Amino acid sequence: MKFLAAIGRTTLIILAAIGRVSLFAWTTLTHLLRTPFYPREMGFALLNIGWLSLPVVGLTAIFTGGALALQIYSGGARFNAEAVVPQIVAIGMVRELGPVLVGLMIAARVTSSIAAEIATMKVTEQIDALVTLSTHPMKYLTVPRVLAATVTVPLLVGIGDIIGIFGGYAVATGTLGFNKAAYVQNTIDFLQLRDVVSSLTKGAFFGFIAALMGCYFGMNSGRGAQGVGRATKGSVEAAAVLILAANFVLTGVFFSL
Amino acid sequence: MIKLDNVHKSFGNNHVLRGVNLEVKEGTSTVIIGGSGTGKSICIKTILGLVIPEQGTITVDGIDVTKTNRDIFLARFGMLFQGGALFDSLPVWQNVAFRLLRGSLAKPKGEARAIAIEKLRRVGLTPDVADRFPAELSGGMQKRVGLARAIAADPEIIFFDEPTTGLDPIMAGIINDLIREIVTEMGATTITITHDMTSVRTIADHVAMLHGGKIRWAGPVSDMDTASDPYVDQFIHGRAKGPIASVR
Ligand SMILES: Nc1ncnc2c1ncn2[C@@H]1O[C@H](COP(=O)(O)OP(=O)(O)OP(=O)(O)O)[C@@H](O)[C@H]1O
Ligand SMILES: [Mg+2]
Repeated sequence: MKFLAAIGRTTLIILAAIGRVSLFAWTTLTHLLRTPFYPREMGFALLNIGWLSLPVVGLTAIFTGGALALQIYSGGARFNAEAVVPQIVAIGMVRELGPVLVGLMIAARVTSSIAAEIATMKVTEQIDALVTLSTHPMKYLTVPRVLAATVTVPLLVGIGDIIGIFGGYAVATGTLGFNKAAYVQNTIDFLQLRDVVSSLTKGAFFGFIAALMGCYFGMNSGRGAQGVGRATKGSVEAAAVLILAANFVLTGVFFSL
Repeated sequence: MIKLDNVHKSFGNNHVLRGVNLEVKEGTSTVIIGGSGTGKSICIKTILGLVIPEQGTITVDGIDVTKTNRDIFLARFGMLFQGGALFDSLPVWQNVAFRLLRGSLAKPKGEARAIAIEKLRRVGLTPDVADRFPAELSGGMQKRVGLARAIAADPEIIFFDEPTTGLDPIMAGIINDLIREIVTEMGATTITITHDMTSVRTIADHVAMLHGGKIRWAGPVSDMDTASDPYVDQFIHGRAKGPIASVR
C-alpha cells in the first residue's frame, strides 16, 4: 500500500508540474499576440541567443562532423563500405546530431543564463518592481526571449548542420583520401528536403523549450542565492531532457509516418 | 483613500499579518513603524497586489484592488523597495525613467532623460550618475536612485520602504524633507516605513504601529508621545525593557 501511495504521490507531483509548465507556455503564447511589444528587449535577446551562440555552435558542429567521418570510415571499412562517409555524415548531422547538439548547447548556454538572470531579478525584487512600474514581467522578460530563441535556434541548427558537414568534409578529403568535388556532390544528391525541414523544425521546438524552461524556472525561483542556484540547475536539466524527448517524438513524426 | 480591512497573510505556519485594519486618507502622509520582521513590507505589498492576502479586503477609493484594471491601477502608484530593486541591466537614468520610456506614460527619450536627471538631483545625485550602472553605486546611492524612480512619473500614491536607511544624517534629512514636500506641495498620498524616529517626526501626519500581526496603535503624530500604549512607548524611545519581547 505504501508503495502504491508513493507512486500515486509522484504521479500527482509530475502531473502538477506538467500542468504548471503548460499553463506558463500558454500564457507566454497569449502574450505573444498582445501589445505592448518591447523591441529593445527583443533585440538584446536576438543578439544574446542567436548571434553570440554562433562560436559555441560552430565549434561543437565542426568537431562532431569530423569525428563522425572518422567513425563512419573505420566502421564502414569492416564491410568495405568506406565510400558512404559523405552520405552518412550528411544524414547524421542534419537529421540528428545537428539539432540535438545545438539544442543541448543552447540549453547549457542560454537556458542557464536566462534562468539565473530572471531568478536573480526575482530574488532582488526586480520582478516586483517591474509590476509596480506597470510592466508585465511575462511580456517584458519571457516573450522576447522565447520568441528570439524560437526564431534563431533553427538558424543556428542550419548553420551547425553546414559546419558539421564541412567538418566531415575536411577530415574525409584531408586525411581519408576522398575527392573534394565528389564529396560535395554526394552530400547534395543524398540529402532530401525532408531532412532539412525536420532539422530546422526541431531547432524551432528546441529553441522554444530552452528559453521557456529558463524563464519558467527563473520566475519560480526560491529565495536567496540557493534559490537562484536551484532554478538554474533545474532549468538546464528540464530543458535538456525535454529537448531529447521532443527529438524522439519529432523524429518519429518526420521519419516513421 | 486606502483601506485595509482584516487582512491576513501567512507563509507556511508563520502567520505574519493577523487582521490588519488601516486607513490612509488622501493627501496625507502615514508612517508605519514596528519591529523588524513584523510584516511592514508585506503589508504595503498586499496593497499593490504583489502579495495576495488569504483573507480580508483592500480598497483604494472604495474599489477593491483585486477587481480593478491592473494597468490603470498601478499607473497611479510609485514604490521604493526596501532593497532598491534597481534593474541592474539598465543604466541609472533608464531605471529612473523606466515608466517614461514605455507604456501609457511614454515620452520622447530626451525628455524622459531630462526628467530622470531632474529627479536624481532632487534626491541629491549629480547628473554624472545618470549613465552609470546600479552595481557601480554605493548602497545609499542605490536607495536614492530607487527613490527617484518611485517619484519619476509624479504618481498620486507613493510607498517608501525605509527611504533613509543606509544614508548619512544630512542626506537622510534631505530625503525626509523631500518626502514631506511631495505630500504638501504635490498633494500625494504616501505610506512610509521607517525605523528612524527623526524621519517619523518629519514625515508623518499619521503614525501606525504594527505589532503581532495587527495595527497596535494608530493616530496623529502629535498624539504619539502621549499615547498611553506601552508598546508604542517602548518602541519610540528604543527601550530594551518593555512588553515587546526581544530574543537576545
Ligand atoms: N516570500 C516570503 N516567503 C516566506 N516568508 C516571508 C516572505 N516574505 C516575508 N516573509 C516573512 O514575513 C515576515 C515579515 O516580513 P517583512 O519583510 O514584511 O518584515 P518587515 O516588517 O518589513 O521587517 P524589516 O523592518 O526588517 O524590513 C518575516 O518573518 C519574513 O520572514
Ligand atoms: Mg521591510
